Amino acid sequence: MTTPRPAQEIAAMIRAGEDSAVDVLEHHLAVIEAGEESIHAFNLVMGESARHRARAIDAQVAAGEDPGPLAGIPVALKDNLCTRGVPTTCSSRILEGWRPPYDATVVTRLADAGAVIIGKTNMDEFAMGSSTETSAFGTTCNPHDLTRVPGGSSGGSAAAVAAGFAPLALGSDTGGSIRQPAALCGVVGMKPTYGTVSRYGLVAFASSLDQIGPFATSVADAALLFDVIGGHDPLDSTSLNRPTPRVLSVLDEGVDGMTVGVLTEFLDGADPDVVARVNQAAEALAAAGARIEEISVPEVALGLSAYYLIAPGEASSNLARYDGVRYGVRVDAEDTVAMNTATRTAGFGAEVKRRIMLGTYVLSAGYMDAYYNQALRVRTKIIEGFATAYARCDVLLGPTAPTTAFAIGAKVDDPLTMYLSDVCTIPTNLAGHPAISIPFGPGDDGLPIGVQLLGPALSEGTLFQVAAVVEAAAPALRVPRITTGAPS
Amino acid sequence: MAEPARLTRQDVAHVAALARLHLSDEELDLYTGQLAQVLDHAADVASLDLAGVAPTAHAMAVINVLRLDEPRPCLDRDEVLGQAPSVEDHRFRVPRILGEAP
Repeated sequence: MTTPRPAQEIAAMIRAGEDSAVDVLEHHLAVIEAGEESIHAFNLVMGESARHRARAIDAQVAAGEDPGPLAGIPVALKDNLCTRGVPTTCSSRILEGWRPPYDATVVTRLADAGAVIIGKTNMDEFAMGSSTETSAFGTTCNPHDLTRVPGGSSGGSAAAVAAGFAPLALGSDTGGSIRQPAALCGVVGMKPTYGTVSRYGLVAFASSLDQIGPFATSVADAALLFDVIGGHDPLDSTSLNRPTPRVLSVLDEGVDGMTVGVLTEFLDGADPDVVARVNQAAEALAAAGARIEEISVPEVALGLSAYYLIAPGEASSNLARYDGVRYGVRVDAEDTVAMNTATRTAGFGAEVKRRIMLGTYVLSAGYMDAYYNQALRVRTKIIEGFATAYARCDVLLGPTAPTTAFAIGAKVDDPLTMYLSDVCTIPTNLAGHPAISIPFGPGDDGLPIGVQLLGPALSEGTLFQVAAVVEAAAPALRVPRITTGAPS
Repeated sequence: MAEPARLTRQDVAHVAALARLHLSDEELDLYTGQLAQVLDHAADVASLDLAGVAPTAHAMAVINVLRLDEPRPCLDRDEVLGQAPSVEDHRFRVPRILGEAP
């Protein structure tokens, strides 16, 4: 496989009539055909509808119209983003066969920008997991090593971009579900400020934490996609009605005079090769004119515990809607309560059941104040801790994940150990802030390491600006070589 | 703040019933152990003295989001009902509830 062509370049050529959306699509469908059996990035490859759409884009160009900034770019969608008339499963049996009656706002915005939806990607069931192993439809393999997990929960989207199945993909990030798989698969992944990207049509997991964001092979391509999907949406009552930062236009502005804080809490517990890469990224930023300082935000150490009280609480409430009445699968029984119970027992996998029960428990009478409300107070402390740091620093730097990709099966029977792989990403979600993961060379095992930049609310412009400098200094990664057939 | 008592098998059976999930005896044992482990880890949060700290439910609070009260297109009824497992007379159909006669 050759180095991927930037989405920006592909779109420019299609808009100029120098390349065709049909050819670009056929190239990517051929790459999928060759590698998907090994990787299993997709729940659904939408070859026919994509071909129809690509022909329409080429016809637009031929007629002298501009299809938009993503003209003819194949984009993969995490399978929790609603696509009208096209199955949307959240990788759960309970939604098998469901065809949403509407498109998510991000899907509409992609269409308006000229993108071609190429498929729906595999994920942890209802986005609950850090490895894509909780999918009801089988795990996704890491394109860099088929025996390793791609991360999660947006593992299919990360693997699809890493494998060259699509130049761009969308995922959702509730506790790191974009950034952690991006790091493990060696691609760029970004979680926007809460409220900058509409959640309309994103199947809810934990509503106060969920955000949709981009995957790409470069910082510039992630910026291109973020600019398309961001902005106020009246269909999402939590959408921020204020100008969304534009990021593509500020990528070249550099880091001269900025202060970057290396977040010491994130280095504690990270593998030595990961720490070394973070320090190397810090040196590169210093060489580019940034001031580097070590900074401690002790409150973030409480993030993991608070998250695993808040997110399950919200999930237990959100997932109450899967009752076998309005959509999805029903398992019949003699009365409605028995039908609800039979449906949910058969339809949900083990991790989803764990989180629903945990959430129900922490919200139940007698425990709500000790657990859920206490976690919301910790959330306040984390926000205050970050505010102190951002009074001194423009952005914070740390690892995205404490390790490189772990082996398939290694953590799946030990929920708490699995949860710990999100320790560096969760605080950002609790604070509602943006963060971006940038591939920064291989670890000792040759697998990708991601470094993470964190910023205060609505600092996307600054984040992308710094990310471009980090990317320019990143040691090269081996391009994944996908072999067909079963993993060895 | 005082730490709550450790999660028991009976607690798990109770929340499973509330959440409309049926668990086998083996699953009850498994989930009790796993959930207790997660809650033990959360003891660092439960035991903090945070009296006087306001809780944050939403990091980017947006309040009173309203739209004009005027008619506008909505989802197609047949398309919506077409996704339901059982429908009768343009309504969702469910089995009997409570102890009604069938």
